[in-house]
Amino acid sequence: MRDVTSMLPLKLQDIALEVDGRRLLEVTATSIRNKRRTVVLGPNGAGKTLFLKVCHGLLKPSSGRLDFVAGKSDAEVRRRQAMVFQKPVMLRRSVRGNFTHALAMAGFGWRERRRLADETMAHFGLSALADRPARVLSGGEQQRLAIARAASLNPELLFLDEPTSALDPTAARQVEEMLELLRAHGMTLVMTTHDLGLARRFADDILFFHNGRLLEQGPADTFFTRPQTAEAQAFLENRLVW
Amino acid sequence: MLQDVSIISALWKIISGGDGDFYSIILLSLEVTLTAVTLAGCVGLPLGAMLALTRFRGRLPIIVVINTLMGFPPVVAGLVVFLLLSRSGPLGGLGLLFTPQAMMTAQFILVLPIIVALTRQTVEDLWSEYADHMTSLGVGRIGSIPTLLWDARFSLVTTMLAGLGRASAEVGAILIVGGNIAGYTRTMTTSIALETSKGDLPLAMALGVVLITITLCINGLAYGVSRIGAKLAGGR
Repeated sequence: MRDVTSMLPLKLQDIALEVDGRRLLEVTATSIRNKRRTVVLGPNGAGKTLFLKVCHGLLKPSSGRLDFVAGKSDAEVRRRQAMVFQKPVMLRRSVRGNFTHALAMAGFGWRERRRLADETMAHFGLSALADRPARVLSGGEQQRLAIARAASLNPELLFLDEPTSALDPTAARQVEEMLELLRAHGMTLVMTTHDLGLARRFADDILFFHNGRLLEQGPADTFFTRPQTAEAQAFLENRLVW
Repeated sequence: MLQDVSIISALWKIISGGDGDFYSIILLSLEVTLTAVTLAGCVGLPLGAMLALTRFRGRLPIIVVINTLMGFPPVVAGLVVFLLLSRSGPLGGLGLLFTPQAMMTAQFILVLPIIVALTRQTVEDLWSEYADHMTSLGVGRIGSIPTLLWDARFSLVTTMLAGLGRASAEVGAILIVGGNIAGYTRTMTTSIALETSKGDLPLAMALGVVLITITLCINGLAYGVSRIGAKLAGGR
């Protein structure tokens, strides 16, 4: 839909993030490709969330380069990406209020906000919750609201941090169905997870992190059938010690 | 026993209008206090949010000073406003000394630090929860102030009530700058002080009962409204 003017691929080169002299993240070279589903894998503390936050611009790397396609202003790059956090941030407003707030921040006018909010809620089956306070929703409903809210901004690139980790199987499946809708819509998705089942079903590309370093990357089939590093092999066999 | 009866009869006398000035005293008290608190809120809420979200040199000393000012002695605040507004003071030309406006100014000064300090704390806590989301939306710290103030609205009602409590209970400052002029700058608290020193303890006590009742009603109303709102919004 946006191929002609896409801001992707996002290329990362020699990225390092250091806090108080400790190196928390190290990425020699990788890229996020247009319209692909990239899954960031790795055990807890591997740097998956930090990687997402650096890509999304929430954390500034200590060194290295992070480049979208040339010719896009910072504001445009910001506007064309969104992120869903591991613990969804629910504003103290109604479900509809959560949508209209995000849309207002993105610069939509009053009428447009309401229209887009109602459309998005209908699209993702959230209309029945429209007037409920967001903070009393169940965990699964909150996660779906957070994803739909990010989607209502129609980003080209969407980051999702552990979107299913705290959910029961039913809610996790609903979230997976939403992600499928987004993919069909042509959105580029980057997701962290430690659910290997989800990763196998969902991923086009895999980025495997361990101890803050990007150890292995490539197409999902290759990664799952012929992992290159001993750590990835161990992780896939659920025996990685960290 | 005799004392109890005389308080009740004094109460009856003032409420039934036997003391003609009574209702104008209540009205003036409410006018001064509510105006001072409203203005302090208009200034203090955004100012507190700014202080919560901005980072600059000298921010921490400012926070400490403002926290200290929450306990600023009213008499000293009154004295400062008195010196500012007195004929030979820098604002003497305005002719505001011994007017309701002078009393509002003094209470504004007393209430402002409470609202700024409590708002800063509330907004700072909320920001730690919202920061990633707002930044992700491309909104900076300053741009997030309206969102944060709105989403903290139920906690901020309590902040405003703390300010209201300070203002409505206060006598030292308004006595100095208002002068307790009958029919013009006499309020509930200054009347109580006056009646006590005159020795009319039943009347002073009756006035005290009325003042507490009014304060209780305002607090109850504000708290009730904010609880209902919080329940509807699923917030705190």
